[in-house]
Amino acid sequence: MKAAVIVFPGSNCDRDCKVAIERSTGAGVDMVWHGETQLPSGLDLIVLPGGFSYGDYLRCGAMAALSPVMAEVKAAAERGVAVVGICNGFQVLVEAQMLPGALLRNESLKYVCKSVDLEITNSQTRFTAGYGQRRQATMTVGNAEGNFFADAETLARIEGNGQVVFRYLDNPNGSTGNIAGIINTRGNVLGMMPHPDRAFEAELGSADGAILFQSALASA
Amino acid sequence: MRAKVQVFLKPGVLDVQGKAVESALHGLGWARVDSVRVGKTIEFDLAETDRTKGEAEVKAMCEKLLANTVIESYRIELA
Repeated sequence: MKAAVIVFPGSNCDRDCKVAIERSTGAGVDMVWHGETQLPSGLDLIVLPGGFSYGDYLRCGAMAALSPVMAEVKAAAERGVAVVGICNGFQVLVEAQMLPGALLRNESLKYVCKSVDLEITNSQTRFTAGYGQRRQATMTVGNAEGNFFADAETLARIEGNGQVVFRYLDNPNGSTGNIAGIINTRGNVLGMMPHPDRAFEAELGSADGAILFQSALASA
Repeated sequence: MRAKVQVFLKPGVLDVQGKAVESALHGLGWARVDSVRVGKTIEFDLAETDRTKGEAEVKAMCEKLLANTVIESYRIELA
């Protein structure tokens, strides 16, 4: 099992992701700089971490989506490699058009940093299979632009396809449909605002995030 | 030529900054203010003299980077 965490200038959860994956799965994790034009071979999972890539300039994730390494991440996703974008990583995935919709400023205009209870809306994905019969998980969010938006047509499509994977039980940012995480139609690219990387051991308040990384690698 | 690109959230997309500015203006007594939208302006020099070519190039920049057309619309001015 092998995973990679992409490091953009301004990423700040890259180390957290590495430690979270290592401790929850035992997989080896390579850190890959955004300027790379080649990914390590044999990857089973690629994580785009949280943070403020390129200082959030222009739009969150907009510059990172055009980083050299993203062409390789897209190609890997097309080969079926599992990709998870967390927080800023989710913003990068929508900006790269690897996932539908966009992330707007929080309705409150405030940075929201707190523990959130999530409904596991789709437990049939390769990322959520490990939750089994469980329908709820607890993780934390930390974002100012986590307000998921999609036009009515896109929303109907992703809802109809079962692409909504996580929903907030108590919406912290105004997201349409309480959406906290979505997956692509192929089922191998997941974007989510809550941080599984901040919830992988009981000492952190929740170990529910560990299951996500375990599921992602178990299905590889 | 000098290019000026204005980017705004599309009409159907909630502009929370615009709403905050609007309520601040109301609070200051400008009660007749309505529908405030906050956008951004990006200006740059472009080494191109042909207007049609320049416009096509700036449009490509908008589609590729300067605007996210899922949520934003843009307006190009060339001078």
